[in-house]
Amino acid sequence: MDFSFSEEQKLILDLVDEVSKKEFAPIADEIAQKGEFPKQNVEKLAGLDLFGVTIPKEYGGLGMSYLTWALIAERISKACATTGLVFGANLLCTYPLLNFGSEDQKKKYLPPLAKGKSMGAFALTEPEAGSDAGNVQTTAQRKEDGYLLNGNKIFITNGEIADIYIVIANLNKKRGARGLAAFIVEKGTEGFSFGQHFKKMGLEALPNVELIFTDCMVPKDNLLGGEKQGFKIAMKTFAAGRIGVGIGALGIAEAAFEKAKDYSKQRIQFGRPISSFQAVQHTLANMATQIEAARFLLYKAAWLLDKGEPFEKFASMGKLHASESAMEITTKAVQIFGGYGYTKDYPVERYMREAKLFEIIEGTSEIQRGIIANLILKGKG
Amino acid sequence: MDIIVCIKQVPDTEEIQKVKINPQTNTIVRESIKSIINPFDENAIEEALRIKEKNSAFVTVISMGPPQAEEALRKALAMGADKAIILSDPSFAGSDTLATSYTLASAIKKIGNFDLILLGKQAIDGDTAQVGPGVAEWLQIPQITYVRKIQIDGRMVRAERSLEDSFELVEANLPALVTVTKEINEPRYPSLRGLLKAKATKIIHWTSQDLQVDLKKVGLDGSATQVIRIFTPEPPSHGEILTGSVSQKADKLIKKLKKKNLI
Repeated sequence: MDFSFSEEQKLILDLVDEVSKKEFAPIADEIAQKGEFPKQNVEKLAGLDLFGVTIPKEYGGLGMSYLTWALIAERISKACATTGLVFGANLLCTYPLLNFGSEDQKKKYLPPLAKGKSMGAFALTEPEAGSDAGNVQTTAQRKEDGYLLNGNKIFITNGEIADIYIVIANLNKKRGARGLAAFIVEKGTEGFSFGQHFKKMGLEALPNVELIFTDCMVPKDNLLGGEKQGFKIAMKTFAAGRIGVGIGALGIAEAAFEKAKDYSKQRIQFGRPISSFQAVQHTLANMATQIEAARFLLYKAAWLLDKGEPFEKFASMGKLHASESAMEITTKAVQIFGGYGYTKDYPVERYMREAKLFEIIEGTSEIQRGIIANLILKGKG
Repeated sequence: MDIIVCIKQVPDTEEIQKVKINPQTNTIVRESIKSIINPFDENAIEEALRIKEKNSAFVTVISMGPPQAEEALRKALAMGADKAIILSDPSFAGSDTLATSYTLASAIKKIGNFDLILLGKQAIDGDTAQVGPGVAEWLQIPQITYVRKIQIDGRMVRAERSLEDSFELVEANLPALVTVTKEINEPRYPSLRGLLKAKATKIIHWTSQDLQVDLKKVGLDGSATQVIRIFTPEPPSHGEILTGSVSQKADKLIKKLKKKNLI
């Protein structure tokens, strides 16, 4: 077992760190207050070639590992969780395209996605279909030259800023989850529009948008995988996406921990820094331990994914542990900052609000426990 | 066209509090301090790349320094430079601006083909702003310093040269040397692709022998200046805030200035 980074990874991560610290971190507060995602962040990521990291060279990417992708996303998320999620949501489009797309679909859609000229998104969630992912109400009707989509999707990350959407719709309601199919829908397709932008507790600048399909005709060639493969595609994509979401939570946890650690060394009470008190020391020790544990669960998930082995259990464990740790660590970071931590003058209250989302998206903590229990009881993974 | 950019590796100013000076040798203790490309030199690289993108050019980056300066050259390659040369030789150690500019000019002569030489206006460590002009003098070519905008027009370079409160429009025939300010552009970050390409690119290493330099003109021996002592200045004393009404404050101020014989 070798835990060291390659020379290549070190070079890449140094650069990503530099850009994240200089470009993303300084405006993280400001963009949250404005509630608008800055286009220049996408341009910066694209300029660095980061959108192409996991896309094979023949489709215009760099053909690197998901582990390298995870290490990159961790650094971006530590600087700005919103930018980290925009980066991560893109993978929810490229991953199913790569794994289920036809050669023509890959050739058409992956090169612009790899260059960041197109942004991607994945749309399953609906008002009545969240944890119960099979209960998708958006319908697809088979027509002569394509499929007619009708219905609404909500909370869709990268909604409106994305150009290419993987949309899950139901071809046969009687068959429930087995009736689901996945479609590639381009922005600008007739009958495809955007509804409300959801106002959130945190990550205010992250685009989470309603997608509306009204007699939206999607060409036959844009069916992704087979007609009955929608649920499988969604589940596979979510499993991979969990690594990204876990990494996002990890980034926030790291940022909150570092801020709390530095502050505890500066803050003088009773004539000495609060880091000299055992209560604070134990809190910091717990934070650091939780972070390392989350990190290695997620790295292992990415490593398994790269090897083509079942990674679902580790992805769920990593996502579960990272998001719950992020919630706890950010809450404790506010505690270490005391009254100042509760003010908007310091970023720790923002981290705390941001962390909460990660316990919900890409499968709630409860769903993760269900998945893990199911896998271990069946002796899988 | 052929562009040569001369760059220098300097200590990262963001880590300035870590910078220590060795009192024996009067040099900066470089270990444990992160090194970066002199920021103004990054502007020079960026400008070369922009000219390349517009007019097609071959960009060569050279740096004189210890072997670890390769790191700076590699970043320049990652940004998009075509070729990198390091001038490294024990005999170059201790060079002042005269010896440095002589060594750089010798390397440029060895390269032979050049239309434009770009440098940052000065290095953030020494702050002398003499190396650029020095190189131009050794090569006997026109120089334009403190440039905030460059336009290439055939065999002519037209430059906006920043002055305190205005600018001069200066033209020179190519080949010419231009030193740039940070206003000229915003340097790009390397891309991952560039980074990987740079990693695989060999950096050319030239020694004093390769350059066939006069050894009396390089390094400490070739330096016209000597550093007697280098030290960290005492932090300036804190300012004083005068209180009271406006007229009271004005009275206090006048008294203080008179006491110091300033008015």
